[in-house]
Amino acid sequence: MLNTAMLHLPEIGQFALILAFIMAVLQVIVPLFGVNRGQLWLMGYARPLAVGQALFLVISLVLLATSFVMDDFSVAYVAANSNSLLPTPYKISAVWGAHEGSLLLWVTMLGLWGVAVALLSRSLPLDMVARVLSIMGMVSVGFILFTLETSNPFTRILPSPPQDGADLNPLLQDFGLIVHPPTLYMGYVGLSVAFAFALAALMSGRLDAAWARWSRPWTTAAWIFLTVGIALGSWWAYYELGWGGWWFWDPVENASLMPWLVATALLHSLAVTEKRGLFKSWTVLLAIFAFSLSLLGTFLVRSGVLTSVHAFASDPERGVFILALLGICVGGSLLLYALKAPTVASVGRYEVVSRETALLVNNLLLVVMALAVLTGTLYPLVYDFMGLGKLSVGAAWFNTMFVPLTVALALLMGVGAMTRWKSDRVSRLGGQLWIAGVLAVVFAIVVALLLSEAVSGSVVLGLGISFWLIFATAADVWKKARGRLGKIPSLGVSYLGMVIAHLGVAVTIIGVTMVSNYSIDKSVRMVPGQVETLGDYQFEFTEAGTIDGPNYTSQATRFNLYKEGKKIEVLTAEKRRYHARGSVMTEAAIDVTLFRDVYISMGESLEGGAWGMRLQVKPYMRWVWLGAIFMSLGGFMAVLDKRYRRRQKKEKLA
Amino acid sequence: MNRLLLFIPLVIFALMGLVFWVGLGIEDKTSLPSPLIGKPFPEFELGVVEDGRTLTTKDLQGQPALVNVWATWCPTCKAEHAFLNELAEQGIRIIGINYKDDVMKARDWLKAYGNPYAYNLSDPQGKLGLELGVYGAPETFLIDSEGIIRGKHIGDLNPVVWESLGKQFGEMQ
Repeated sequence: MLNTAMLHLPEIGQFALILAFIMAVLQVIVPLFGVNRGQLWLMGYARPLAVGQALFLVISLVLLATSFVMDDFSVAYVAANSNSLLPTPYKISAVWGAHEGSLLLWVTMLGLWGVAVALLSRSLPLDMVARVLSIMGMVSVGFILFTLETSNPFTRILPSPPQDGADLNPLLQDFGLIVHPPTLYMGYVGLSVAFAFALAALMSGRLDAAWARWSRPWTTAAWIFLTVGIALGSWWAYYELGWGGWWFWDPVENASLMPWLVATALLHSLAVTEKRGLFKSWTVLLAIFAFSLSLLGTFLVRSGVLTSVHAFASDPERGVFILALLGICVGGSLLLYALKAPTVASVGRYEVVSRETALLVNNLLLVVMALAVLTGTLYPLVYDFMGLGKLSVGAAWFNTMFVPLTVALALLMGVGAMTRWKSDRVSRLGGQLWIAGVLAVVFAIVVALLLSEAVSGSVVLGLGISFWLIFATAADVWKKARGRLGKIPSLGVSYLGMVIAHLGVAVTIIGVTMVSNYSIDKSVRMVPGQVETLGDYQFEFTEAGTIDGPNYTSQATRFNLYKEGKKIEVLTAEKRRYHARGSVMTEAAIDVTLFRDVYISMGESLEGGAWGMRLQVKPYMRWVWLGAIFMSLGGFMAVLDKRYRRRQKKEKLA
Repeated sequence: MNRLLLFIPLVIFALMGLVFWVGLGIEDKTSLPSPLIGKPFPEFELGVVEDGRTLTTKDLQGQPALVNVWATWCPTCKAEHAFLNELAEQGIRIIGINYKDDVMKARDWLKAYGNPYAYNLSDPQGKLGLELGVYGAPETFLIDSEGIIRGKHIGDLNPVVWESLGKQFGEMQ
């Protein structure tokens, strides 16, 4: 501890952060001034400044992580979020375990996206690069300043630092929490690139197909991170919270879902803008909304105004700063939009039955979904504001909103992908798709009948729209490949990416349908030796004991899991008591296959060596996340499309 | 297209900003002491989560207690729960108000996380919560042996909060 104090690492970290701030300020001013004066050499500073800013941010982040690893409890943030007994990987992940470090991670990622734009923008005219990086610099300036002014992670507790730290919140001591926040942040921050492109296009007045083509891979990349991040969050909540729930509609989850929905709309709207030159103003607006919702997600939720209003009031300085930043960022971009968005109607024509219409409806549905989530999340706040009292919007409300919208969206997806640009005929589409429709209905009913005698409408509906999506997509692939399997790879990596992403949606819907309708569970009092049956499975409670972890002690229960008399797995569920905070965490024991999860979690200890146990069998649980993997894989394939890099080669040749 | 129409998003955003801004102003009022302090606990007649029997205000009297308002939909309550278990182990009497919640879910919760409460009053409509001026869950009231409200804390109980609140509670014993 003395060592790091003498090394002044945290001070160097803070100094690096200040240097990054100065770089960011220059990154805003110099290139934009160059654009204004038509000076190429000034615009040329955009790239090196972006790299420099990111370099100092990375130094700052690495030094904070070093303070964690070296147990420098003289740093207030380390003392509050780490402990000498904490395993080293968690010391590193503790960097983003609370507000200050998360913010530093956020700005560092923003810097890194800036570097990516600087390095991968050879095909862009220099004035666009200058504008884009300048706008990303503005965002950086705001948030680095916020970090330095209100949330400095390097603040010391001197002269008498604590002997040991208060430990990382045990909820966060987990692999899922090492990877989930950075992934999600990459997605949030990545949307700043689409945002910067949109504003740059507004400023230059060049809202054209080229702009849309530049934006697409960046938007898709950010969207992939968001998709994976949300899925990781859901998976983490599932195994760590001990309830077996995988989506809670709580404000933090909603905050990540809203930008995802709008970014999904943006992806599709960009396609129309690139291919047909339409929906320009709408696309710009979506880019602004997507990033604004990211900001809302990261900061308003983090600041606690939504989850517990009290957190916000306790630190009004931060709250006011955040609101001011959001106001400048969102208000400023919407003002620019109002002043510069084109008022001339786009020249392209399209008819009612056309891919343009399908994508427009897709956009409306996705935006309505995002608005539904936004309303549900902010409604309690507004209700409170009106003086009507306090209320909370439960999962039921969200489900009521989401089910019909998802059904409509899935039905549309099946048709939309095969509809032609400009104009198409209902009779042609009908001719292609009626078989898929009939098959989907028949399959859904048959499968639902096989699953249980009492057919529920929601199962038929959920399976029906999934099968419809799968069959309609397959019909489209089949038609485009002219009935030859060997021709499928030549359909283009973008198109196949879309196919896989759409199938991913179907996979997720199947998972959600199955797990919501056919999960079974049982809460029982069990003593060692006792056997309980749930569904096809027998749970034999073999022993109870304790396990000593590095910074916790668990009470553990061990189970033999049998299916039809055959032993398939030994499962150990734990209840961990973490030493530093004395808090107790449930570690569920989960046996996983592709078609079902068996989930055992411990309740309370009862008299006579008995335990209250919760046993669950959750069919098709993995499909919920498998679909997300498909979606991100599809996105990844779309980014790989050569046409995003074509011009670069030409330039190299020339 | 009329340029004025393009200002609509900006105007909507400005209105939302206003709501937040004023909303922030409202928060400061929460630091004001509850007007209920020094007054008797509001009258009620509610079922108990654990066994369904009905209790009234009179049942609160006898010894000092913490009255903790919680719900299964409240993430902060989950964070607070372990500390309540600790307090209960120290022999502190805690009475729960299960606020705007489902009894079955509440029972599951108590099974899963342990039950630090002497008993839980089920307040599914939030009527008692309304009379208590409950702002959000969790909130905790200190009541003395006469059933008079002596203190109130908004937000989760934790070792830091308990330093001062616990002292006040100790004096009431």
